[in-house]
Amino acid sequence: MSLRLTGADLQHANGVHALRGVDLAIAAGERVAVIGPSGAGKSSLLALLASALQPGGGSVELLGENPWQLSARARQQLRARIGLIHQAPPLPPRQRVVTAVLAGKLGQWGLGKSLFNLLHPVDIPGARDVLARLDLADKLFAQCQQLSGGQLQRVGIARALYQDPELLLADEPVSAMDPVLADHTLSVLCRHAEARGVTLVASLHAVDLALAHFPRIVGVREGRIAFDCPANEVTRELLDALYANEQLVSPQAPAVTLTLQIPRC
Amino acid sequence: MLSRDNRDPAALPRLLLTVLAVALLWPGIQLAELNPGVLLAADSRSEMGRFVAGFWPPAHTPDFLDLLLQATLQTLAIATAGMALALLVAIPAGLAASRALSLSAASRGGRPSAFGQALRWPVRGLLIFLRSVPEIVWALLFVRAVGLGPTAGVLAIAITYAGMLGKVYAEILESVDQRPMHALLQGGSGRLAAFVYGLLPNAAAELTSYTVYRWECAIRASVVMGFVGAGGLGQQIDLSLRMFAGGEVASMLLTFLLLVLLADALSRVLRGRLA
Repeated sequence: MSLRLTGADLQHANGVHALRGVDLAIAAGERVAVIGPSGAGKSSLLALLASALQPGGGSVELLGENPWQLSARARQQLRARIGLIHQAPPLPPRQRVVTAVLAGKLGQWGLGKSLFNLLHPVDIPGARDVLARLDLADKLFAQCQQLSGGQLQRVGIARALYQDPELLLADEPVSAMDPVLADHTLSVLCRHAEARGVTLVASLHAVDLALAHFPRIVGVREGRIAFDCPANEVTRELLDALYANEQLVSPQAPAVTLTLQIPRC
Repeated sequence: MLSRDNRDPAALPRLLLTVLAVALLWPGIQLAELNPGVLLAADSRSEMGRFVAGFWPPAHTPDFLDLLLQATLQTLAIATAGMALALLVAIPAGLAASRALSLSAASRGGRPSAFGQALRWPVRGLLIFLRSVPEIVWALLFVRAVGLGPTAGVLAIAITYAGMLGKVYAEILESVDQRPMHALLQGGSGRLAAFVYGLLPNAAAELTSYTVYRWECAIRASVVMGFVGAGGLGQQIDLSLRMFAGGEVASMLLTFLLLVLLADALSRVLRGRLA
């Protein structure tokens, strides 16, 4: 079993209840797509699976270990085996692409090698190789601020591929790409996962991409798992229920009384 | 005018804060005994006029220029050596005091754990202690301890500036975008590695700018400390003032102007390289 959530609850610092009693088990080598409307808790679910956030209740088991019962050092070692691709990769604007990609292995390198890598990249061929798979090899020495949103997303993916984790998580990895590029990028991710026996969990807002590339689909709505079934069993009705939006269907609904916190100055 | 549509809920608090600020500042002016009228009184005008008139022309005999060069180099050396020593303390202390390097903050939405915060407090306390005593007081102390000369100035600058630099470094690191660093920490990286890859690229220009500005301040501070016998240009100014040699003072003030211009240009060049 690659990962298992049992009754996991997550409440953000601002009080939003993102996940409520989520049960999910994913075997090693499985490829799973997470779909659902905006604000359903897809990103929170992936943050939980990346051990980036600690659940308020329930338990998380990743690669056979409970990250929140480990010491900080052991947890960092576990995290080095898990890769998370962010929707908008947080990269310093002035960092060069080659540095941003090679930073994927910081968890596996010692401090000395990490610092030397800033003076002179230690593995230029490795970085060029992963970027080439995403059709971005020509941007190897560009600064991150010179790239478009879709190109930045691919740099983020290249970093995770270079990290070579056992569990690969992707939060809307292709949201800023055109349909052809999105399709190609998802096949690169899936091929990588298949070739290395990596467990891949990706959240997607494009349902057709999810159905085309992933054998198992998990629908999330209002912090709960709405359905969890093989891709060929996902029906029109399931999707309609998942994305149903009462607010948009009836715009003449009574105005919500706002009780906003008014800023003091 | 204040119909419901264009009412800003923040308008009243802003007005009240402005009134409060003025009400607090007014007694402050009274307490400081500030009275600009004194400057315009006839006798103080003629006194100041005589003082300033003595400044012209600036002294420029070869002997004096040689002395000026020596004193300027000594001032630069005091400021630079003091800054170098201060950085030795300020960099580790700033990193230790900054919430930005908290590992727990990365998985708690930016809030560090209470235990980590408790460990940061002694470092903050040390930095507060170092900078709460003015450098001139440290200089007086060290002039007693190591005798007249530049050493006292270097030590005084090192101690006070370590406190200031450490505090501001810690705050600059907290004020830049934390997400790159948190992403690296969540990917298993160590704290120092995540800092140099995720935080330093965003903070480098600001850190450099502040460091060069402090170096400029150190030059001025070393001059002030010269008055109490800690060497450099300040000691020369003190001597010239006592001998009513206004021309010499004018030359030295012009030298200051050049030094500050130099620091400004250096800061501009470095920021340009980093931003």
